[in-house]
Amino acid sequence: MKWISPWRLKKLGILGMNARNREFIGRYNTRSRYPLVDDKLKTKLLTEEFGLATPALRFVVSEQHAISHIEKQLHELDGFAVKPAKGSGGKGILVITGRNGGKFVKASGAEIDIEEIRRHMSNTLAGLYSLGGKPDVVIVEDLIEFDDIFEGYSYEGVPDIRVVVFKGYPVMAMLRLATHASDGKANLHQGAVGVGLDIATGRCLKAVQFGLGVSLHPDTKKPLNEIKVPDWRSMLVLASRCYEMTGLGYIGTDIVLDKSRGPQLLELNARPGLAIQVANGLGLLPRLRHIESLKAGLHKTPEARVDYVIKAFAEAIPEDPAAGPAQKIA
Amino acid sequence: MTQSRVPFYLIVVSLVVAGLATAWARHVEMELPFWPGEQRPVWLVEARVDFQATGGEVLVSLDLPDNPPDFRLHTEHATSPGYGFSIIEEGGDRRGEWSKREARGPQTLYYKAQLIGGVSEVGPQPSPDDEQQAPKPRSLYWEEPQDTAANQLLSQALETSSTPESLTRELIKRLNNPTGDQNASLLIEEVGSRSLLLERLLNQADIPARQVMGLFLEDARRRQTLTPMVEAYNGEEWVLFNPQTGEQGVPENLVLWHRGGASLLDVTGGRNSGVSFSMIRQTVPAEELAVAQFSDSAFALLGVQQLPIEEQSMFKMLFLLPLGALVVVFMRIIVGLKTSGTFMPVLISLAFLQTSLLPGLISFVVVVSLGLMLRSYLSHLNLLLVARIATLVVLVIFLISMLSLLGYQLGFSTGMTITFFPMIIIAWTIERMSILWEEEGAHEVVIQGGGSLLVAVMAYLLMQLPLANHLSFNFPELNLVILALIMLMGQYTGYKLSELRRFRAMALEQEAAAGSDKS
Repeated sequence: MKWISPWRLKKLGILGMNARNREFIGRYNTRSRYPLVDDKLKTKLLTEEFGLATPALRFVVSEQHAISHIEKQLHELDGFAVKPAKGSGGKGILVITGRNGGKFVKASGAEIDIEEIRRHMSNTLAGLYSLGGKPDVVIVEDLIEFDDIFEGYSYEGVPDIRVVVFKGYPVMAMLRLATHASDGKANLHQGAVGVGLDIATGRCLKAVQFGLGVSLHPDTKKPLNEIKVPDWRSMLVLASRCYEMTGLGYIGTDIVLDKSRGPQLLELNARPGLAIQVANGLGLLPRLRHIESLKAGLHKTPEARVDYVIKAFAEAIPEDPAAGPAQKIA
Repeated sequence: MTQSRVPFYLIVVSLVVAGLATAWARHVEMELPFWPGEQRPVWLVEARVDFQATGGEVLVSLDLPDNPPDFRLHTEHATSPGYGFSIIEEGGDRRGEWSKREARGPQTLYYKAQLIGGVSEVGPQPSPDDEQQAPKPRSLYWEEPQDTAANQLLSQALETSSTPESLTRELIKRLNNPTGDQNASLLIEEVGSRSLLLERLLNQADIPARQVMGLFLEDARRRQTLTPMVEAYNGEEWVLFNPQTGEQGVPENLVLWHRGGASLLDVTGGRNSGVSFSMIRQTVPAEELAVAQFSDSAFALLGVQQLPIEEQSMFKMLFLLPLGALVVVFMRIIVGLKTSGTFMPVLISLAFLQTSLLPGLISFVVVVSLGLMLRSYLSHLNLLLVARIATLVVLVIFLISMLSLLGYQLGFSTGMTITFFPMIIIAWTIERMSILWEEEGAHEVVIQGGGSLLVAVMAYLLMQLPLANHLSFNFPELNLVILALIMLMGQYTGYKLSELRRFRAMALEQEAAAGSDKS
């Protein structure tokens, strides 16, 4: 079978692109608040203001001529990440993990010289990675030292956790693992492995690559069903607090687990993708409708919302992550 | 949180109604056809005046048809070398006047008119004077013995009739059988023509009547003359009678050329004058006809046909754009096809309209692939973004000129039409695709590029339809209906066709899970 009937999809509670755009993004996300998440510099400053954990901002390059002076500033840092403030979908992110003589070592192990970093910054300033080609600024921030718990799960890249937060309630989560096929990037459509996480416990529910279930990491062959994200509740609380911070009703939060500093907010997305449903083997709609039906102001604090969600949305954990959670509707 | 959708649907419905109603009104009022290529019959009638000029000043005056029933005058013009021509209108009667200071020998003057037949509005169109006061019968004087003959004939006819129409018919019957009626034969001999006699007899019976000249239309006839007819006034309107056959009313193929008033032809400064007619049946696009006829109608203001041709062709493209936009909206919202740049496909398809499909497609693919190759070299040069795109624009222009020259040398004149592609947009497309290539791989480039081309080709196929062209240009208000459709699709929250494939794995695994649960 190559196609699925729309009635089947509806029964499974799958949220489609059109419904997402109109019923959730269009209805719950105020346009004027978009810049808070579309501009990573704004997000970063806001995150620091609200006291949410995030990789520290080192410096910002906003003028072309400033690029010639970056060498000194970069020399003070061992590892760092260069990002366009208005990039989307992980485009234009350059991660430097270390130094080898005069050269910089990328996350993939390749070595580049300062000229390449300069060119990257210059392109970013001109708007190469920004939506609509608008002029941009470059953010340089601290590198995440990701937790050993994911050792052997992520190939050449930082594993991050995407939590979809609706009206302040975390509704669904997945872990994104880079693979050789995805070229060290955590984008599912490029071949990264998506691991659906039980919202109650942070344990693996199901894992997919290219839309199909997998049991082992394709590069390292580690069994994916052993994954259990530590410090799960504080991670959900961090995601949940982004609602108060941005005022956006429907967002995707990208969180990474730092070895020493715990969960760190990496970035926010006002138009989170739908692949999280495939990774979880579950549709978003029933959960979103459930949250919509709750009385306004029922749970006032992020902690209360997280506790509610942990009780309401627990799933049965399957043996094989390729199969997904047992269906209640079957 | 759920807003009432009633106002929205009201807007949509009113848009559809407004668009369709305006189009219908214009169709009815202006006779603009809904289908392209509809033809209307038009009679081209040529009146030829021949005479011998005597060497002095010449003034020729010919009566021209004015509002003949069932016909509408489309165009008219006169050809007559060396003569001044003007149309003089006097009391609803139009005459064409040729004049020349000096002429000698045989002269020929032409007047041509295009008459549209089958005009639906049948109502009488008398000149304003006629409408204001009912015509009065002329008083006549007969000499003896014609007076007695006429009186006898009339009284016989009056006995067997009751209305002006029936009296006329009775009279015609008697006149057409002169052997049986000595009075009639006497009078015909005296007056000379049956129609003239009928007119005089009717006037004598206190029925206003006049002689008219009609022209029977027959395709490809030459040297025809006018047929004399009689119109009698029945107290409300003029009724036409054919004194030869007694037929009542205006036959379909008859044009009333000359109605009452002065003479048909006056020639001063010439002898042996005569007028003859030739005619052919033509067909003219109904659209052209409607535009020409109703240029001063209020509905014509809504059309763009009154603009200069240059602007018209611009609007022709402009009014097609909504159709292309509709295709894009449909392909993206309902089908879920990926395109690079939201409305770039529409622009490409507009370019295809100019180049025609295959040459356009080939040249687009060639230009973009060559551009991608050049761009990959440019990325080594480490240029600033704006400068790099500007470089690309210049290179694209060079590429296109080279392709055009090459095409010309090889004998494809279509190579030239490639310039219709918007350069800046091609340059941006190349830049975007190149970045896409670097970041997401060639696969994504093929998907998005192919999606764009597919949408462009579909939009092109729709926009090049003669019907689509015809409707969008002649009924631009139909775009309101397209607008309503686009707005409706904007409300669609169902699954895209592509999502039925994207999420197919979900169903597979559900089935497997359900199967293992049961076993």
